[in-house]
Amino acid sequence: MKILVAVKRVIDYNVQIRVKEDGTGVVTDNVKMSTNPPDDNAIEEAVKIKEAGKATEVVAVTVGEEKAQETVRKALAVGADRGIHIKVDGILEPLAVSKILQKVVDKEKPDLVFMGKQAIDDDCNQTGQMLSALLNWPQATFASKVEVKDNKLEVTREIDEGLETIEINVPAIVTCDLRLNEPRYASLPNIMKAKKKPIEEIVASDLGIDVSPRLEQLKVEEPPKRKAGIKVANVAELVQKLKNEAKVI
Amino acid sequence: MAVLLIAEHNNKELRPFTLNAATAASQIDKDVHAVIIGQNSAEAAKQLSELPVVKKVLSVEAAHYENFTAENFAPVIIKLAENYSHIVCSANTFGKNLMPRIAAHLDTSQVSDIIKVISPDTFLRPIYAGNAFATIKSNDAKKCVTIRPTSFDPCDSSGGSAPIEKVEASEEFSNTKFVKREEIKSDRPELGTARIVVSGGRGMQSGDNFKLITKVADKLGAAIGASRAAVDAGYISNDHQVGQTGKVVVPDLYIAIGISGAIQHLAGMKESKIIVAINKDGEAPIFSVADYGLEADLFEAIPQFMEELNKLNTIQK
Repeated sequence: MKILVAVKRVIDYNVQIRVKEDGTGVVTDNVKMSTNPPDDNAIEEAVKIKEAGKATEVVAVTVGEEKAQETVRKALAVGADRGIHIKVDGILEPLAVSKILQKVVDKEKPDLVFMGKQAIDDDCNQTGQMLSALLNWPQATFASKVEVKDNKLEVTREIDEGLETIEINVPAIVTCDLRLNEPRYASLPNIMKAKKKPIEEIVASDLGIDVSPRLEQLKVEEPPKRKAGIKVANVAELVQKLKNEAKVI
Repeated sequence: MAVLLIAEHNNKELRPFTLNAATAASQIDKDVHAVIIGQNSAEAAKQLSELPVVKKVLSVEAAHYENFTAENFAPVIIKLAENYSHIVCSANTFGKNLMPRIAAHLDTSQVSDIIKVISPDTFLRPIYAGNAFATIKSNDAKKCVTIRPTSFDPCDSSGGSAPIEKVEASEEFSNTKFVKREEIKSDRPELGTARIVVSGGRGMQSGDNFKLITKVADKLGAAIGASRAAVDAGYISNDHQVGQTGKVVVPDLYIAIGISGAIQHLAGMKESKIIVAINKDGEAPIFSVADYGLEADLFEAIPQFMEELNKLNTIQK
């Protein structure tokens, strides 16, 4: 079984986001970037399945600008076998990314595609579902447990009401929740080894897909600020304020 | 052209956020039709027809719709889509799972999780866990929009009498099989719609200590929330998680106990009307969004809080 894992480069989850003064977006210059957190879970799960002898190859793919390749390199350092970088600059919507990934799937013919359930920059939560629609494959979204059974997967999904279990035939798409596993750290020797692993570079425009945005981002602004609150001295004062000032209890 | 609302239900009744999505749909266009896909869901279809904002109900029934699988739902909507300008549903796990599958088939760029309808083609949505708001204009002929339910009031649930039209089912998608659903049943208000939410974090230190949160919630008639740290530590089940990747809540009162206030948690609760933070670390980021902050050891503060609540003659429910 071959697993393709899609990873995205985003602003690190610990960075305090700042909105640009001209309203065109958020500040990304000199800001720490990392792999989208649930994409790390996707890589980890694929590598674990390979280590358990149930997969033969793990291929990491990213779509984006020059520096996006760092995320593939990181995936190689934690166990992916080789990488693919689809090079494209500018804003990419999930629809465009899923069309590009469809081309990669056509070429690589993986049995499974893993990725994070949501990217923490645009918070769209679309790409995995869109890719499965384009391929007409089953989709197991928000996965917190994945069991490989021959040519089937049993996947536990995190849903609003609790947990749901589904069984899907391969080929299939799995989008990963943060709860799926604990991603490992890359060891220094493995980081060195990863530098020798191959990354194939493909220019997106060679794939013959129109990736131009369909949505216009008219403005990006700061959310309304909360009025500064107060510290209360003790519990009695807190309850009195809730009762008489805020009138919520 | 009219707007098509996708109803969320459990085959017996509508799920509450359908009413919030109906409000959002009616802000896009007054002509709202609603589709309900299920099995033995006539009662829920009837409820849908009684929403005054809904002008027509389309009902689709088949055994393979019993468990709301996106792979089975999407073809039905795609077929109906030619008559509609917009397709709308809630941005909860139901809608998040389903809508992109529809949008990709229609070759339309979905607008996720909107918090405001500015015009029929322009919407406001949070990005970066709510640390920025983006105004987005869609230029696609058909627009697929998911709405953040807590940002729209529920519509009236009675008074309407829309006609219910049967629609033919699509073929079953055989590569996905439902196995089971483990729903956590509770007599408490639902987390997403509760007036008061009491949440615990890593500071609770154990699942057993989480009973303290339960006591406060019982007293206030509140729903129970949790930070991701508390869920990951196994103190409480995942359906209680509030945050960027959990539920977004907007109660009148949110009480955060032993929660430091990571960005991803704040994303799920900072629009609450009144926020209370109880934490022994006075520098915890949760205090930056709290209307009332109490710097105290929660194991002392909670019993005192219960005592003070007991002294009150009345507590609003």
